[in-house]
Amino acid sequence: MTVTEAAPKPPAPVRRTGDVVFSGLARAAGITILVALAGVAVFLTIEGFPAVTAPASAMGGKSGIVLYVWPLLFGTLLAALLAMIIATPLAIGVALVISHFAPRKLSRTLGYLIDLLAAVPSVVYGLWGINFLAPRMVGLYEWLEENLGFLPFFTGPASSTGRTILTASLVLAVMALPIITAITREIFAQTPVLHQEAALALGATRWEMIRMTVFPYGRSGMVSATMLGLGRALGETMAVAMVLSATGVISFNLISSTNPSTIAANIALQFGEASGLKVNVLIFSGLVLFVVTFIVNFLGRAIAGRGYKGESR
Amino acid sequence: MAKSIDVSDLDIYYGDFLAVEGVSMTIRARSVTALIGPSGCGKSTFLRSLNRMHEVIPGARVDGKIVIDGQNMYDADVDPVQVRRSVGMVFQRPNPFPTMSIYENVLAGNRLNSKRMPKSEADSIVEKSLKGANLWEEVKNRLNKPGSSLSGGQQQRLCIARAIAVEPQVLLMDEPCSALDPISTSAIEDLIHDLKSDYTIVIVTHNMQQAARVSEDTGFFNLAGAGKPGRLVEMNPTSKIFSNPDEPSTEAYISGRFG
Repeated sequence: MTVTEAAPKPPAPVRRTGDVVFSGLARAAGITILVALAGVAVFLTIEGFPAVTAPASAMGGKSGIVLYVWPLLFGTLLAALLAMIIATPLAIGVALVISHFAPRKLSRTLGYLIDLLAAVPSVVYGLWGINFLAPRMVGLYEWLEENLGFLPFFTGPASSTGRTILTASLVLAVMALPIITAITREIFAQTPVLHQEAALALGATRWEMIRMTVFPYGRSGMVSATMLGLGRALGETMAVAMVLSATGVISFNLISSTNPSTIAANIALQFGEASGLKVNVLIFSGLVLFVVTFIVNFLGRAIAGRGYKGESR
Repeated sequence: MAKSIDVSDLDIYYGDFLAVEGVSMTIRARSVTALIGPSGCGKSTFLRSLNRMHEVIPGARVDGKIVIDGQNMYDADVDPVQVRRSVGMVFQRPNPFPTMSIYENVLAGNRLNSKRMPKSEADSIVEKSLKGANLWEEVKNRLNKPGSSLSGGQQQRLCIARAIAVEPQVLLMDEPCSALDPISTSAIEDLIHDLKSDYTIVIVTHNMQQAARVSEDTGFFNLAGAGKPGRLVEMNPTSKIFSNPDEPSTEAYISGRFG
């Protein structure tokens, strides 16, 4: 037996050069992304840190970094949440039309058109928001003030330019629509035919079938798609900077001419003239945005990754 | 509630493709009718046309008549949703709704048909249907567990319970045992025996012994030739089909000499 054990070492496993090169490239690409992300985080932390002790003069008269960032963060979250409230039902409706209602040819065209929305540069959305959407919203805002003025959201006085946070949110909603639609329609289309047929064979109408099978199956997908759309809306800069007439207040009044600004728009508008500690202050607000966006995206991915537990439970 | 089905001159199309041609048959009430034949001969397509489930595929349509209880199911004013509520279906692979409990799975069809039902009524429907599907003793203590926690054979019986909970006139079964082991298969076959006193049952099967065991009548489907549509070759009492069929091709198929 010892003789066989002393046999020559087995030859090294066969490795194809192509595989080795490709796995190396893929790994390098993955590592690059991690390094870039870490680099951004480190940069933001180091450059933003001096802002913690910055004097009021560097922060537009605010006596502390929290007082400076909080209104911006509030505006960012408000605009993004409003955008999601508008975009999510719309996106899910469009996704359902594409995956379950429209004839195949039409649904493919519709899918392309929605994807095309994602390709429009945000500056163009900004221009569209200022020149097209905002003036047309004025009438609606006046109507809202008159008829729903008792709600804190519509107390007015209605903006005469229409460049309110609600208009900005509408623009954001259009911008976030493609990503939410794309993800939800993929999930909806993956609903097992078996379950859909089970519902139909029981005498479910199309809508009942969707409620019984498509929505339960796609629930986590819908949540994560919304989170990713929220991530997009949180970080959007140009369109908001252009559309929103910001005064930096904290207010739930959605239709007046005094609006909270957003972090990204504030950076874009202030950075040109900023110097010294003012730059650090802006970078610190960028760090806050980075963290918030990161958390939202992380949650979205985590929920998407948890996926469809039904089968395994 | 069991009704007989009269099919006359039924052609089934997928778009321009004629899949099944010229089927005429009478399916007796309160009996089991088996459909056998090689793969792709259109027996499943035909079965699905009996409750208009084939229409789920875009472009699918039929010519001809299927009359249940004096009503042609393909009349323009007949709602396919109503047809499916009176003609239940069990599929090849068990498909309980994964997000629903056993209890809710049984009631899924009833929840569609009626808006609100008192808890006591729901309980009695669940118990009656699960007993009808020979599943009650196995699951009565875990009705709130998900349907997907059951074994394959139990899941299939759950699907049968779900189908009979709405008290259909006809029960269609599309190879209900082909994904199951022999023990579960035997349980389902016993169940089919019990169910035929209340329901008209049509079952598609690849297993000829199964057709011989469970059915009163058997229809043999075959392709008229490569690329040609499927058709009904012979329909006769099962005992005759398996001992002395009219058509030579039926005998060739049954005796395994099929080419």
